[in-house]
Amino acid sequence: MTEAKVFEGIKVVDFSWVVAGPLAVKYLADYGATVVKIESMEHPDVLRLSAPYKDNKPGVNRSGYFAYYEHNKLSLSLNLNHPSAKEVVLRLVSWGDIVVENFAPGAMEKWGLDYGELKKVKPEIIMLSISNQGQTGPWSRVPSYGTLLTAMAGFSDIIGWPDHDPLMLNLAWPDFIAAPAAFTALIAALEYRQNTGKGQHLDLSQLEISLLFQSPLVLDYVVNGRENKRNGNSSPFAAPHGVFKCRGEDKWCAIAVFTDEEWNALCRAMGNLPWTKEVRFSTLLLRKRNEEELNHLVETWTINFNPEELVSQLQTSGVSAGVVKSAADLYDDPQIRNRNALWSMMHEEIGQCTCLGQPSILSRTSAELQRSAPLLGQDTLYVCQELLGISEEEFDQMVINGVFGEGY
Amino acid sequence: MLWKLLASHRFLDYNKLVVEGGKLSLNSCQLLASCRVLDLTDEKGLLCGKILADLGAEVIKVEPPGGDPARRCGPYYHDMIQQETSLFWFAYNTNKKGITLNLKHPTGREIFKALVAKTDFVIESFPPGYLESLGLGYEALYKINKGVILVSISPFGQIGPYKSYKGYDLVVLATGGLMYVTGEPERPPVGFSFPQAYLLASVQASASAMIAHYHRERTGEGQHVDTSAQASFLTALTNMIPRWELSQIVTHREGSRRMGVFAQANVRSLYRCQDGFIAFFVLGGISSAKTNRAFIEWMNSEGMADEYLMSIDWSKFDFATVTQEEISRIEGYVEKFFMTHTKAEIFKGAREKHIILQPLLNIPELMHNEQLEARDFWQEVEHPELSDKITYPGPFIKLSETPLNPQRRAPFIGEHNKEIYLEELGFSLQDIMALKQEGVI
Repeated sequence: MTEAKVFEGIKVVDFSWVVAGPLAVKYLADYGATVVKIESMEHPDVLRLSAPYKDNKPGVNRSGYFAYYEHNKLSLSLNLNHPSAKEVVLRLVSWGDIVVENFAPGAMEKWGLDYGELKKVKPEIIMLSISNQGQTGPWSRVPSYGTLLTAMAGFSDIIGWPDHDPLMLNLAWPDFIAAPAAFTALIAALEYRQNTGKGQHLDLSQLEISLLFQSPLVLDYVVNGRENKRNGNSSPFAAPHGVFKCRGEDKWCAIAVFTDEEWNALCRAMGNLPWTKEVRFSTLLLRKRNEEELNHLVETWTINFNPEELVSQLQTSGVSAGVVKSAADLYDDPQIRNRNALWSMMHEEIGQCTCLGQPSILSRTSAELQRSAPLLGQDTLYVCQELLGISEEEFDQMVINGVFGEGY
Repeated sequence: MLWKLLASHRFLDYNKLVVEGGKLSLNSCQLLASCRVLDLTDEKGLLCGKILADLGAEVIKVEPPGGDPARRCGPYYHDMIQQETSLFWFAYNTNKKGITLNLKHPTGREIFKALVAKTDFVIESFPPGYLESLGLGYEALYKINKGVILVSISPFGQIGPYKSYKGYDLVVLATGGLMYVTGEPERPPVGFSFPQAYLLASVQASASAMIAHYHRERTGEGQHVDTSAQASFLTALTNMIPRWELSQIVTHREGSRRMGVFAQANVRSLYRCQDGFIAFFVLGGISSAKTNRAFIEWMNSEGMADEYLMSIDWSKFDFATVTQEEISRIEGYVEKFFMTHTKAEIFKGAREKHIILQPLLNIPELMHNEQLEARDFWQEVEHPELSDKITYPGPFIKLSETPLNPQRRAPFIGEHNKEIYLEELGFSLQDIMALKQEGVI
């Protein structure tokens, strides 16, 4: 007998796309909610149009990127610009508990599907909107991406080297910090609804949560007038604190030494090389003053080892160290595998492929991979007939009318 | 046992106090108002408790006597390096209460158990196994309170071959895969200059804690939530794992360039302008044709487009087929164009023309940002003891029915000892003095 999943019976109408929204919905999907993801050939999730593709051949059902994030969801094909689409959505909303969207603000309104409208159909609906800059304000409707927000939210100013330009990330950091925070508030709101019957609209601005992730820097500026800038890998409270070259092509090891105890441990691990006993490295203050020289000397040691063996040696000695891991390293990472943090699945078009598990292990309620990421529109018939009770006749008419989009 | 005796004491009715506007009414957001959280974390987990506190939970920060190690995290108020003036502490402990309790002392553990009896969440970020070594592991807590949720935040998790590895923030950024793809090719991989790894882990932990909470509300059963900071980064790796698996391509650091997502080619993501930087990338595909055209027209209107640029058929400009050479050539025009304008001019023009780009802003600029001002984002938090009001980032989410509370400043060391030990657990003033003398609180 299988135990009921935590969110079994919770119904989610999911308009979200390109990572922040889908990642928030993923917790619900992995823990048993029924999630109907709405897309169409006219308006597919951008992830479907993003590499890598199976055999390098593009196609809406061939993206490994989409498959990594979008499992455990049903796909309903629906052309939101079709005049009859709204009716289908409203039926879905009547069915649903939660609506999630992360379009540029104004898009839902344009389709007549903003919170005010949805509430008329279902007063207790909970709607989560995640956006670049929030649902209100003069720049609210300016479309953007989380990647670009990395620069506007202040992160780029603290990434990179002091003598070089600031840097962008290769990933949309504001998306990934927004998703778990939004989900946290969403479940609190769901619980509140169970107790009071009241739904509500949740408006998460990725810009705003980005500032929460820099709060001490904000306070440092407000109180001390100090502007914190990019400073490579250096920390004001630790030395050595950086990334050091190891043996092999582009192999690196991160080492962070905050306390004297950790410094002594590092010295022992390095075999108490004569330079480690020099007075100029004997305290944190002195190590900070002579940091450049210190980093250079540490690297003359690390370069002799491959990073895995080095990290194992350092950790055994009590030094906080880690291999700078590539995706290939993580794919085979023993810790990640041991925790089952990546899942493997059979996808109809891609074949065997990996998708994202959960960052936490819960002792009594496990997340589960029920099905791989859906093919576009794969569950349209099921959703309409089984979940919404649309008759076969009506459904066929809707297909002819193009409600479900081109090619459905 | 002491804890059973203490737990049997009548607790104050928290909900009633909220209604009566008593001391505990600082949380007006009711979402988690019925929840109590004991927060044992250091700098690795403070944000988790703050998020729950912002949502209305009563979060009690439990510090060792003498103060929490996170109080030694800078920066400091007016650069006064003292435990009561850490701005890091200020930032991530608003809306919490604070008590001191020595878990290494047997009496301290008994008092802790008494608190656990009436607690919904315990959050901790000790090295895996530490709480167990004190006799306070999940099994022990379960025996006291079967509904309690223990949230553990650690570098690599409570199980697995690396569970005992020490992981400072930089080490998590490295082992989580972010650093390998960040930085310039000719320099070492680089991370954030302000710690971010445990902030992500803390928010992941709050999300997982809510899953456990939802389960408990239905079954009465709590559980142990084991959040790995390293595993948290898998959520942020975009297409890197599938790119390796399906195409055997390892994503590398290439400076400010986006790799292998939209195009096989690299696409530049940051440009200089007259007074700073602009985040922008040339986009392909039919959906971007309109804005690409608008951008070229803008350049042309200022005499900065030539025949080549004007001749590109954007409806056929496809990232699947475009070469690196073509992209680089187009990027050359963009580069020149941005250098003729300021950030403000470019952002304004882009908004009018629906071109997707954003200026790089720093914190002073964000403090005067009209969007954040219009949303009333910044909050003044009273620090009467410093005779000061300090501007903080505001609520992390706006809720239409139950708006998040204004923030109350972080607690001082042992600020709420009296409230918790005297009023709630029923110790006498004499007891308190003795406990303090013994180093228990």
